[in-house]
Amino acid sequence: MVEEQLFDEEVAAPANPIESLLRMDRIPHIWCPGCGIGTTVNCFIRALQTSGLNLDKVAVVSGIGCTGRVAGYLDLDSFHTTHGRAIPFATGLKLANPELKVVVYSGDGDLTAIGGNHFIHAARRNVDMTVILVNNMIYGMTGGQVAPTTPLNATASTTPHGNFEQTFNLPFLAESCGAVYVARWTASHVRHLTKSIKEALGKKGFSFVEILAPCPTLFSRRNKLGDGLDQMEYYQEHAEIRHGADTKTVGMDFQS
Amino acid sequence: MSEPTPTKKARGSVVIMAERCKGCGFCVEFCPTDALDLSSQYNAKGYHPPVLARKDNCTGCDICGMVCPDFAIYGFIKKPTKGH
Repeated sequence: MVEEQLFDEEVAAPANPIESLLRMDRIPHIWCPGCGIGTTVNCFIRALQTSGLNLDKVAVVSGIGCTGRVAGYLDLDSFHTTHGRAIPFATGLKLANPELKVVVYSGDGDLTAIGGNHFIHAARRNVDMTVILVNNMIYGMTGGQVAPTTPLNATASTTPHGNFEQTFNLPFLAESCGAVYVARWTASHVRHLTKSIKEALGKKGFSFVEILAPCPTLFSRRNKLGDGLDQMEYYQEHAEIRHGADTKTVGMDFQS
Repeated sequence: MSEPTPTKKARGSVVIMAERCKGCGFCVEFCPTDALDLSSQYNAKGYHPPVLARKDNCTGCDICGMVCPDFAIYGFIKKPTKGH
């Protein structure tokens, strides 16, 4: 058969595969142009769709912040909780209804600063949930204050001369507290990230996926790192994939 | 049969919802076959949405759909038609 005949020119486009899991009346979302959170949501929805989970039994819990908005955009059972308390609410949800697959989807400031205690204790108790942490290295929604994940020497609105505090190595923190699955990807590694989220969803116990995402409006602009696209290119060029690495060795420095 | 035959026809295509686009350029940058360009047109918000500039390059891999933060583009594979 000649190749030209294989494909029909007038193929009707299928419907957008992810719109069935989005609350379309709330789209367009509030995230800035070049923000990586939307990309992570995209990957998360695709992971959910391919995971074979019963989507009526999936609950997404978010805290406060830019990433905390995710719960409001997903057309699943979702819960937008108080600041830092996404994991306690999710723990209660899981204990009250063990049939649910509970996913905590929140940001670095929410889960590791104000909710840091809950994070380590959920990992210690090995609560059966998946935590997806979008790390944009700063408090995005409140004006770019320094977060526990801000790299050393990076500028934030509360550290105008550079951050002088050591940053969290989150995969190491989660693993040392007892998480059964830890991973870190960037928003530019979409295929890997989708696969990783799918794996994490399939694990029983506390699974943790950290995603580095650009914050063009506050982190990149203040640190003169260009826009979201420049950040994504940087991730693509400089990120190193190490499967099964010792998490002690995966700490992050400021990129320039 | 193991080697893929070079095709002239596009194997896939994309659907672009231009009004949702915020012009970040992720899809253009991360398209593995370089099929997309930013359009010279503006949408209602004043951003340049992407346009499928090199149709024949598109494989419908949906990387643009995965990388788009605004859910404004997705790729699909054109199914082989039967009976031709």
